[in-house]
Amino acid sequence: MKTENQSLSRRHFLRLSSMSGVALTVGLYIPSLAKAKPIIITAETAENLGLELTAWVSIDKNGKVTIFNHRSEMGQGSFQAVPQMIAEELEVNLDEVNILFAPGAQGKYGPQITGGSSTVRGGYKQLLRTGATAREMLIQAAAKKWGVPGTECYAENGVVIHRPSGRRLGYGELVEEAAKLDPPKSVKLKNRINYKLIGKPLPRQDTKFKTNGEAIFGQDKKIPGMLYAVVERCPRIKGKVNSFDDTATKSISGVKQVFKIERDVFDAKQEGVAVVATSLWGAMQGRKALKVVWDDDGFEHVSTSLLYDRMRTDLSKPGLSVKTAGNFDGTFNAADKKIEAVYETPYQSHSCMEPLNCIAHFHGNKLEIWGPIQGPDWVQSDVGKKMGLKPEDVTVNMTFLGGGFGRKAFLDYPHEAAVISKMIGAPVQVVWTREDDMTQGPFRPGAVYGCKAGLSKDGDLQAFQTKMAAQDMDHQSGGDNSNYNPSTVEGFLKPYFESIPHYSFADIPTVSPIPVMWWRSVYASTNGFAYESFMDELALAAAKDPLDFRRGLLQEDRYQNLIDTLEQITGWKSRSKNSGWGVAITECFGSIVGEVVQVSKGTDGKIKIDKVTAVIDCGWYVNPDTIRQQVEGCIIMAIGAATIHETHFEDGKAVEKNFDTYKMPRITDIPEIEVHIVENEEKPGGVGEPALPPLAPALCNAIFDLTQKRIRKLPFNLNEIGS
Amino acid sequence: MPLYNLQVNGKNYSVDADTKMPLLWAIREQVGLTGTKYGCGIAQCRACTVHLNGNPVQSCSIPVSAAVGQKITTIEGLSENNSHPIQKAWIAEQVPQCGYCQSGMIMTASALLKRNPNPSDKDIDLAMQGHICRCGTYPRIRKAIKTASKMTEKV
Repeated sequence: MKTENQSLSRRHFLRLSSMSGVALTVGLYIPSLAKAKPIIITAETAENLGLELTAWVSIDKNGKVTIFNHRSEMGQGSFQAVPQMIAEELEVNLDEVNILFAPGAQGKYGPQITGGSSTVRGGYKQLLRTGATAREMLIQAAAKKWGVPGTECYAENGVVIHRPSGRRLGYGELVEEAAKLDPPKSVKLKNRINYKLIGKPLPRQDTKFKTNGEAIFGQDKKIPGMLYAVVERCPRIKGKVNSFDDTATKSISGVKQVFKIERDVFDAKQEGVAVVATSLWGAMQGRKALKVVWDDDGFEHVSTSLLYDRMRTDLSKPGLSVKTAGNFDGTFNAADKKIEAVYETPYQSHSCMEPLNCIAHFHGNKLEIWGPIQGPDWVQSDVGKKMGLKPEDVTVNMTFLGGGFGRKAFLDYPHEAAVISKMIGAPVQVVWTREDDMTQGPFRPGAVYGCKAGLSKDGDLQAFQTKMAAQDMDHQSGGDNSNYNPSTVEGFLKPYFESIPHYSFADIPTVSPIPVMWWRSVYASTNGFAYESFMDELALAAAKDPLDFRRGLLQEDRYQNLIDTLEQITGWKSRSKNSGWGVAITECFGSIVGEVVQVSKGTDGKIKIDKVTAVIDCGWYVNPDTIRQQVEGCIIMAIGAATIHETHFEDGKAVEKNFDTYKMPRITDIPEIEVHIVENEEKPGGVGEPALPPLAPALCNAIFDLTQKRIRKLPFNLNEIGS
Repeated sequence: MPLYNLQVNGKNYSVDADTKMPLLWAIREQVGLTGTKYGCGIAQCRACTVHLNGNPVQSCSIPVSAAVGQKITTIEGLSENNSHPIQKAWIAEQVPQCGYCQSGMIMTASALLKRNPNPSDKDIDLAMQGHICRCGTYPRIRKAIKTASKMTEKV
C-alpha cells in the first residue's frame, strides 16, 4: 500500500515500464500497474516514454494500449463505456488495455462534467472517431513500411495485417511511425453488425478493484505531508459564527490549527470552524471539544410545514408562463369533465455512500486537487477563479467516486479544501462526516404541482395545465426569480405536446434559504410523479385503460413500440381487474422508460411491491449489462425516495442527520426486477438516470388499482396505506 | 496515548490510539488499509465491516482496545487475487456499481457462507439487511451469494 503515494523517478518508471509494459501516462492515478499496485506517475517521468496518438489513447512501443476515461466513475459505468467504445474502433482487446482516469483538462476532452447521463450520448461519435483515427494512422504506418496501399491492410487485436501477403506488424512496432503522420481528416466508422465489443455485456473493468479493497476513492487518497481537516458546520442554514472557544480542542493530540471558515453556497456563505490535525481521528476529536456560539439572526428559520404551506398558497398565483398552446382556460372551463389534483414531492439528501471529501494543495500560486469529483473541468475554471487562478494552474486528479447523484458536481467542497490548504500552507484532506453530508445540502428541492385537465364526454384530453410551485435550481435564495425555469416541462413526453390541443405550464418560484441542487434524474422524476400520476387519474376519468389512454396520445413509433413491448412482456391485457398493476412512462436525458409495477396486500394488510418490469429505449447503446445495472439501481433508489426517506426542516435546520433517521431501502425491500432493452437505431440516450422517474407514479398507480387510494404526496409508508 | 498491538490479516501492527478510537480509524489511518470504509460512524450502514475472529463486526463502533488479541481480517486479507468464492461470484454477477459499500457487503457475505454454505433467501435477508447500498446492487448481491454457494459445493 505504501507505493500508492510514490512519485516515481525516471529510473523507477523505466524499470516498471519494462516489467509491465506501460508508458506515457501523465500525472494520473493508475489502478492496475505493476501487479495491481496503484501508483502515481508524474509528468516528468512520463516524458518521452511513449507516443501519444490522440488525447484519449496512448500506445507504447510494447504495444500496450492505454485509454483515458475523461469522465467520472461514480457507479454508472463510464470506466467501462468509454474504453469499450474506443477499443471497438481501435481494434484492441479490452482486457489487455489499461484504463486510467484523465485529469481535468479544459479543451482536451470537451466537457468532462459527468451529469445529465451524458457520457455516451454526448461523446459517442467523438470517442468512436478517436479510436478509428488511431487505427487508421497505425494502418497507414504499416502500409508505408511495407510499401503497399493502405486499402490492402486491416487491423485486428492490436495488429495490422497485410491481406494479400499475410504480413503482420503489432501496434507497438508502428507507433513511432504512426505518430509522425498527419491524422486523417475523416475516418470511416464500423457498421454495427461488425461490432465485436459494442452492444455486448462485457464485464466492467473496474469490478476487480471493487471486490478486494483496491479501488481508491477520494477518502482513501493520501498525499505526502497531508494534514486532515474537519469543519464544525453551523447546523442552521445561513447561520454565522459569533465566537468560539478552542482551548479544549488545542489540547487534543495532533491538533495544529483552529480557525473560522466560510463555504460558498450559491450567493450565501455558510460559516463554520475548521480543525486541522495530523490525523483524521485527531481532527474529529478536536471538533468534538470545540465550543462555538452561532449567530442565527437576520435570516428566515424555515420549517417543512412553512415551506409547503408557502408552495400550496403560491399555486393560486398565475406564475411565470413556461410553455403554452391554444386556450387552456377557455377549453377547461367549457370541458365536460374537469379533473384537478395537487401532488407533492419532498426535500431529500443525496447521501452518497462516500461522504464528501477533498484533498487540496495550494502552493506557489498553483492548486492541485484530488477527490471524488463529477466536474473536474468545472473545478479548474470555477474553483480556480475563486482562488484567483487560471484554469491551467489548477490540476484536478480523479479518484473513484463512492456515489455522486449530482451532489459531487457542486463545487463548494473542493473550494473549501483549497481555501483551507492556502490558509495552512500545506496539503490537506477535508472530510465531511455523515452528519455534515446529510444536513448541509444542497438538497433535492421539494415541489408542489397543481394539475388541471379538461376531457370531452368521450374521454378525449382537450386541455392540460400544470403549475410547479418549487424552490428550484434556477431560483436559489436571493437569485433571479423573474425568469421561468424551462425544466418545468421536463419528463413530460414530447408527443403529448402534439396531441393535447390546449396546454399551459407555469413555474412559481418559492422563496426559501434552503440550498437546492440536482439529484439523480432531476426534474424528470419530481415532475414525472405529478404528470404520470395525473395521466392515470385522467385515464380513469375517461374510462379508458391506462396504457390505451397513453397509446392514443403518444402517436410516435418509438412510443407506440414501447407501449406494445410493455404490454406484451408483462401480460398487461390478461391481468385481472384491480389486481394491483400500475404503469408510468417518462422521458429523461434522451431515453424513454416505461415501468409496470405490481403490488399486493399481505395478510397483515401491508402493501408489498412484488415486481417491477422496465422497458428502456435508450437508442444505440454500448453495454447492455451496465444498462441493466443502472435500471435496477434507479428502481431501488426510486423506491427509497418514494416510500422511505425525506429531509425535514425545523427552525432552519435539517432534522435527519444519519441513516438511523434517514432510512434507506435494504435487501429486504427489493421486488423482483425485470429489465428489457429496446433494440433500434435511434441516437444514444442516457442510461444512469432515466429509469428512476417512472417508478414512483407507476407504484402509486398500482396502489390505486389495488386499493382505490390515490397517493399524491411523496414519500408515503407502504406499511400504512393498505389498511 | 497508549499503544495497542493489533493482528490484522495475519500481521502484527502497533497502533498508537486513545481509548475511544474506533477500530475503523486504526485500520484506515494507522495500519494503512483503506478498503474498509467509513459510511455513517454509528453502525447503520456497515460499510466498515471487518471480521473479528471470523465474525462480521462494525469497525466504526468497536473501540480499538476491544480488538486487541483477536484475529482481525479486512477485505484486503480475505484472499489473494480476488480468489475467495464470494469475490469470484461478485465478479461473475457484476455486483458493484460505485463499489464503496462492497467491502462491507463481501465481508458479511463471506462470513455467512462459512457459517451456512447453502443459505436460503431468508438467511441472506437476515445476514445482509444491516447493510446499505445506495446504488441498489441488492438483487445482484442475492444472486452472487447463491452463485458462491454453488461454487463452494463443487469444491
